[in-house]
Amino acid sequence: MNFFILSLIKAAAVAAVLMTTLAYLQWIERKVIAHIQLRVGPRRVGPHGLLQPLADVIKLLTKEDMLPSHVNKVFYFLAPFVAVTFALIAIAVIPFGPEINIGPVHTAMQLTDINIGVLFILGLSGMGVYGVALAGWASNNKYSLIGGLRSSAQMISYELPMAMAIAAPLLMLNTLSFRELVNGQAGYYLGFIPRWVVFQGPFPQILSFLLFLIAAFAETNRIPFDLPEAENELVAGFHTEYSSMKFAAFFMAEYANMITVSCVGTLLFLGGWQPLFPAEYGSNFLPSLIFVIGGLTCLYHGFHPARPFDRITLPIAGVVFLGIAAAFAAPVIGPILVPLFWFASKVGIILFLYIWVRGTLPRFRYDQLMRFAWTFLFPVAVANLLITGLLVALTA
Amino acid sequence: MDAILFLLFAAIAVICAVNLVVQTHPISSALSLVGVMGALAALYLLLGGEFIAAAQLIVYAGAIMVLFIFVIMLLNAGAEHKALKKSWVKFAGIPLLVALLGLVSFLVQTLIPQTVGVNFGGFTHGTALDVGRALFTAYLLPFEVTSVLILIAILGAIVLARKEID
Repeated sequence: MNFFILSLIKAAAVAAVLMTTLAYLQWIERKVIAHIQLRVGPRRVGPHGLLQPLADVIKLLTKEDMLPSHVNKVFYFLAPFVAVTFALIAIAVIPFGPEINIGPVHTAMQLTDINIGVLFILGLSGMGVYGVALAGWASNNKYSLIGGLRSSAQMISYELPMAMAIAAPLLMLNTLSFRELVNGQAGYYLGFIPRWVVFQGPFPQILSFLLFLIAAFAETNRIPFDLPEAENELVAGFHTEYSSMKFAAFFMAEYANMITVSCVGTLLFLGGWQPLFPAEYGSNFLPSLIFVIGGLTCLYHGFHPARPFDRITLPIAGVVFLGIAAAFAAPVIGPILVPLFWFASKVGIILFLYIWVRGTLPRFRYDQLMRFAWTFLFPVAVANLLITGLLVALTA
Repeated sequence: MDAILFLLFAAIAVICAVNLVVQTHPISSALSLVGVMGALAALYLLLGGEFIAAAQLIVYAGAIMVLFIFVIMLLNAGAEHKALKKSWVKFAGIPLLVALLGLVSFLVQTLIPQTVGVNFGGFTHGTALDVGRALFTAYLLPFEVTSVLILIAILGAIVLARKEID
């Protein structure tokens, strides 16, 4: 029963963090894209628009829930449910940090460690197609149908290169469990180059990582592969007929998929929570250092304010940052938080890359998308897997 | 716990399978089949065949059924019209079905020799490692022959589907 209670607590914590990240990822995306396009982005609700996600949630919850008269009701309601369910389940097998001891309790920073974790994620991403395909079909609308069809064809096509790219690190580390994958990437070459898969030979695995990233962008229907919801040709694609919370469910599913894919990329290629440089060079103090610098900068500008408002907000932010820095250096919770910092920063970098690409690249045409998948990405992924497998077999 | 989960997923599989036949719209039927596949994956997992369960989910429930649904959507197949039933079919159908199922299960029980029963957790060779080893040692020839067979099927599909260009 102890196991049961512990699992409930962990599930509640993970769900809370995931939902907050989902909401704020969208805020960060709007902010980053605004700055790329020389705008300021949301800043009316709360300081720097920080309460914007909350306002959006209230807006989506209270909006009128339209039910178009021509839809297939059962599947119309089922589709957003399917999409969001399979997107959120995936987080259950993602480990966020090493095994820890809190008092007498020994537990892993993960909901469940199954020894087919990678396959589980692949299976769920395959099931996620149904949400989009059904939404497109059940809406009974030509734009939605084209969006749904594009999405299912695209996701099937890009799942193959993605699975092939994932298989290369699996061959090298010889396991399917995420926790063992990360443990296999511990340590350093020559004392300072981390043994993350992306830095490993004999065949440079950065190629696998790039293949994985490209396929992941397509799997999550993000720019430059967001053909299923291309505004200028399909209105809004598969979710044209959805409003209110049903629309929000698709939105949540897209962002949850982004987070899951970024986590998988981090765990498979970037060494999970393993730090960038060894502890003897002070990797455990880096998070504290970053937050101390941030806090001191805020305090300095708070006492030399450029705008009268800064006199109040910046010292508060500075004190919060210094508090976080102290938490990272604290004796008991510090060792728990530092791996989380490394994990979150790597996931954050991949998520930022998503947003960066969205702000800079145009969209593919549909025939280009398919030709790229089948005539370039897939053969390269197969060749990469073959060479890696051969070299692993020769060196083993 | 195992027995409860088994009954739950077995019930889901059977209900979905019945629904597959009862539904008139092809999309409903295809989705019921997805339900059957998913429930089967859960049953494999309960029996200890974790790799088979994952493969079932990825290959059947994921890839193949998505292609089914894709084709149904592309062809825009509508709901089937039920053929007019004769009155004796309505009354005799279900009893005859029950009789047939009873006969089949009786024959299976008597003709197939009793072997060791399956129990939960008794099978421990379901990991990816064991499956891979079995495929590449004991079952290497069937595995390769099946690959060639699938390749031939793909080539045949391409030949059949290719339009003749004048």
